[in-house]
Amino acid sequence: MATPPLPKRIIKETERLIADAVPGINAKPHEENLRYFDVDITGPEQSPFEGGVFKLELFLPEEYPMSPPKVRFLTKIYHPNIDKLGRICLDILKDKWSPALQIRTVLLSIQALLSAPNPDDPLANDVAQHWKDNEQEAIAKAREWTQTYAERKMSKIGI
Amino acid sequence: MSDEDLTFEDSYRDSDEDVEDVEDEDDYVDDDDTDLNFTDVVAEKDRKKNYEVDFIVHSIEGIVKNQDDEVTHVSNILGIQKQHAATLLRHFRWNKERLIERYMEDSTEVLNKAGVITDNARTPKFIKIPGFICDICCDDDEDLDTLALSCGHRFCKNCYEHYLTQKIKEEGESRRILCMASKCNVIVDEKTVELAVNKDIHERYRTLLNRTYVDDNEYLRWCPAPSCEYAIECHVPQTSLTSIVPTVECVCTHRFCFGCGFPDHQPSICVLVKKWIKKCEDDSETANWISAHTKECGKCHSTIEKNGGCNHMTCRKCKYEFCWVCMGPWSEHGTSWYNCNRYDEKTSIDARDQQAKSRASLERYLHYYNRFANHEQSAKLDRELYNKTEKKMEEMQQTSDLSWIEVQFLKKAVDILVQCRMTLKWTYAFAFYLARNNQTDIFEDNQRDLEMAVEQLSELLEKPIEAEKIAELKQQVLDKTVYVGSRREVLLEDTAKGLLESRWEFQVDIKS
Ligand SMILES: [Zn+2]
Ligand SMILES: [Zn+2]
Ligand SMILES: [Zn+2]
Ligand SMILES: [Zn+2]
Ligand SMILES: [Zn+2]
Ligand SMILES: [Zn+2]
Repeated sequence: MATPPLPKRIIKETERLIADAVPGINAKPHEENLRYFDVDITGPEQSPFEGGVFKLELFLPEEYPMSPPKVRFLTKIYHPNIDKLGRICLDILKDKWSPALQIRTVLLSIQALLSAPNPDDPLANDVAQHWKDNEQEAIAKAREWTQTYAERKMSKIGI
Repeated sequence: MSDEDLTFEDSYRDSDEDVEDVEDEDDYVDDDDTDLNFTDVVAEKDRKKNYEVDFIVHSIEGIVKNQDDEVTHVSNILGIQKQHAATLLRHFRWNKERLIERYMEDSTEVLNKAGVITDNARTPKFIKIPGFICDICCDDDEDLDTLALSCGHRFCKNCYEHYLTQKIKEEGESRRILCMASKCNVIVDEKTVELAVNKDIHERYRTLLNRTYVDDNEYLRWCPAPSCEYAIECHVPQTSLTSIVPTVECVCTHRFCFGCGFPDHQPSICVLVKKWIKKCEDDSETANWISAHTKECGKCHSTIEKNGGCNHMTCRKCKYEFCWVCMGPWSEHGTSWYNCNRYDEKTSIDARDQQAKSRASLERYLHYYNRFANHEQSAKLDRELYNKTEKKMEEMQQTSDLSWIEVQFLKKAVDILVQCRMTLKWTYAFAFYLARNNQTDIFEDNQRDLEMAVEQLSELLEKPIEAEKIAELKQQVLDKTVYVGSRREVLLEDTAKGLLESRWEFQVDIKS
């Protein structure tokens, strides 16, 4: 089965992601599958994720950009909008998706989500509850997880 | 046509003349435009009975026309293009009065919220623009067809087509498809959709729009019969469902409750039907089984199952020994083992009393449930019997000079019989929740009368059919059928009136 040629849109987006990279975000397509990206997001400063580098996978489905990309955290993270499997609760990845949005905008939104967790729209209920009951303690735990699972040491990254 | 040949269906519907009265000429899309054609709109007018409600059956064409009329009307009143009037109406769930009122108060806000930007100078069309690059596919071809909604966001035709096809076909969206630009709230109007997608997808889109028209409208409901495409209009609001059972009949002959969509459940009101069905699902299997196969230990009340023929039971939990038949202690049975003759002894009676009390509520439920289930089962048997009889009649037609018309009385009788059984069935659910007062006697009398009449008719239909006696049988069946029908009417009329007058008291809260 021959793979269909990559749409112009995806080629352009990929070029720009590499040529004009966003600070703290690194996205590279797999050589054997140009729709599959390895993504690193650096934990934003002054967030409990500071000092960590989080690995994600991003896949552009056949219907992209009519359907949103599929994104998932590979690195364990303690965050009310990200569950155990790394799935992300973000409106633009669901009903608020617009074909005018791009990989870049999606990754920026995820980065923003790390800066501003939203326990009122939770995906991981227990984490969200923790955040609401005792924010101080929840943040401490998120920091601990960042150190344990996302520190810049290569051996610790990934699950 | 003799009086006898007047069908019961006819007497349930109105005459053709009445039907013509309310029929909308344009609703009609059938080749032969004859009186006999019921396919489009059937209304029940001139009702006098409390248990009946007015309703209209609409075909798809009628539904489409109703929408068009509403859209045209609003478009004229507000002075906006039709596709925008349609988007506004959908946003307001076809509540035209509310839309107009709100629009008069603050048109800007209404338009914003509904995702409409009116620009009467603009008609949606695809045009080529030199140097245009589509933001979505990055295509920059010279002869790219492009279109912008009234928000000004311009994209190419391919992208519109992909996007709309995906929304319509994969996501089943129709009335709230947003502009492709991120965070833009403008709705893709129906004209643009028509221009952008292929014929099949457009048809699907229209179907979905029609569906939302009916789903959004409190006074419309699709006929729930499988693959039936008619919708019923009935102006009984949801708030009246505790005092009325709005029963409607589609042209496909399916009778159902407009309030909840469940098959005809007169005389029970919707909320009792829901409670009853839930109760039966939760209880019936276990309850029936427990009642038939188990008893409670007279000492510790744990449930004991009888396995095998021996009447000497030993409770597994507390080791109490008793007799399965009389429930009395086994020790008092002496030598008359395996053959209980102590049914009336005091200790046995006491033991059974105890058992009775703890099972009274279960027994009460089973009393109603068994009668409810029995009518359902009997209706099936009646139908089966009819099918067998029909075969026999066909054979007889070949050997005697009976005509097809002459044997139709049996079919009518079975139809009425089955309908009455459905009514009876639901009288038991109704009665289960009914609190005793001086009104319940009348209800029970009516129920008993109908039940007796139904069983008599059922019996009559079981009689073997002999060619010589067919005229006699026919007369008997016809008489009984009329009688049964009238008993049903009496019962329904009285319960419906009672509901309207709040004459019935229920053991459960029907307002919740
Ligand atoms: Zn395009
Ligand atoms: Zn727009
Ligand atoms: Zn129908
Ligand atoms: Zn109902
Ligand atoms: Zn016991
Ligand atoms: Zn005994």
